[in-house]
Amino acid sequence: MNIPNDLLYASTHEWLRNEAGLATVGITDHAQAELTDVVYVELPKPGAKVSAGQQVCVVESVKAASDIYSPASGIIEAVNERLSDDPGLINTDPHGSGWIFQLRLSADADLSGLKTPAQYAEQLGQH
Amino acid sequence: MELELQRTPISLLHAALGARMVGFGGWLMPVQYQGIVQEHRAVRTAAGLFDISHMGEVWVQGVRAEQFLNSVLTNDVSLLSPGQGQYTLMLNAEGGVIDDLLVYKVEPSRFLLVVNASMIEEDVCWLHSSATEGVEIENQSSQWAGFALQGPRSAGIASRLLLPGMGLPARNEIVRLSFPGSEVWLARTGYTGEDGFEWFCRAEAAAFWWEELLKSGVQDGLVPCGLGARDTLRLEMGFPLNGSDLSPQRSPLQAGLGAFVKFGKGDFVGRAALENEKARGIPFRLCGLVMRGKTPPPRAHYGVFHEGLQIGETTSGSLSPSLQCGIAMAYLPTALANPGTEVEINVRGSHFPAVVSKRPMYRPSAPPLSP
Repeated sequence: MNIPNDLLYASTHEWLRNEAGLATVGITDHAQAELTDVVYVELPKPGAKVSAGQQVCVVESVKAASDIYSPASGIIEAVNERLSDDPGLINTDPHGSGWIFQLRLSADADLSGLKTPAQYAEQLGQH
Repeated sequence: MELELQRTPISLLHAALGARMVGFGGWLMPVQYQGIVQEHRAVRTAAGLFDISHMGEVWVQGVRAEQFLNSVLTNDVSLLSPGQGQYTLMLNAEGGVIDDLLVYKVEPSRFLLVVNASMIEEDVCWLHSSATEGVEIENQSSQWAGFALQGPRSAGIASRLLLPGMGLPARNEIVRLSFPGSEVWLARTGYTGEDGFEWFCRAEAAAFWWEELLKSGVQDGLVPCGLGARDTLRLEMGFPLNGSDLSPQRSPLQAGLGAFVKFGKGDFVGRAALENEKARGIPFRLCGLVMRGKTPPPRAHYGVFHEGLQIGETTSGSLSPSLQCGIAMAYLPTALANPGTEVEINVRGSHFPAVVSKRPMYRPSAPPLSP
């Protein structure tokens, strides 16, 4: 399972890349493998104010719909429109072109509760 | 307390093939190996192999077996010649569906019933409760394994395993294959709409035949398939799943299965209720629904709306890998059940357009040929 070193992880299997207060969010390689073929992504609304742990969108595979939670608080700044036409990007490139939304982190956003790659690997039982 | 899930005889082989296992009807079953869409496509274009060992095998025999089965099942087993099978239903007295099953007449007074996994106990109890003298019922479900070989290349794959003198059965027929030390019943049927077979063998021979079937199909692109693809394949065909699309509260007439109810024969359990329903007018019909455009895939229990009013709810739903859009089934009021009727499906509070469609929603490009 691919767990890139430059990302932070939520226990609910989202990843977050923080670049000067603008955080990109997607779901992990483990999550996409569990979901299998992603066939639809219900994207969050740009401009929406979200808090850490809040359900913000839905990713659907053939078999099931899965809620996606924001790993941090902030305002949705952008969503990955490419997923509307090609939801399978989440399967083929979960940490890259399969990103789901970007979040302008709020001033008091606390990332300390997120997991390091090593901690996330431990959660998955990979040591 | 969680009930322990039952395992089929080849449970360990699934794990070795990378299957993701889930609970289904009390059984631990593979939902997929490489991916539902990939497995679905393999069955539509080449072939797939499903473990259906969870399904029940019940033998009914005796001088009054035929008469008995005609009194507890809706179809007419007297129409069968030895070696032929038919789809049929077991009803309660109110005309609701207990189970849907296949019955094969293997000899003039010996029948094999293949029933749904979650209904084995209930079906057998129900059969016993109305059995008469001259009828023996034997539930051999735990002694048999079953594999469904499905797809346009199935016949070639199955025929490679036959010994000289053996032949493949025709559509809806069953043959007994006497391999040295191994008894196999091979039926030409399935739940995918494609040509295919169900291969029943003794549980102790299950691993052997599963491997033989997979090996025989390598050159044809045969892949192991899980329940996920089994569900999308049957849903594209509009085949009902008992417990989802069929229930004790719904009659086979509402489910569009009237062709498998023979009023021309004698009395059978549920007959009076069905005749009553027919006389009053069948109030609901199980409809196929095809969603329009890019929508979230429908699931079971989503509301179906017409002109702003809820008229029913989905009983099954999924993305159709063949049609690349959402498909579902729902019981709708008869007046709104005509193909072409525009409806909406409520997905998490948003309404998405769908149209009532004839079943099957998808037609295999190469319909199965009767040899």
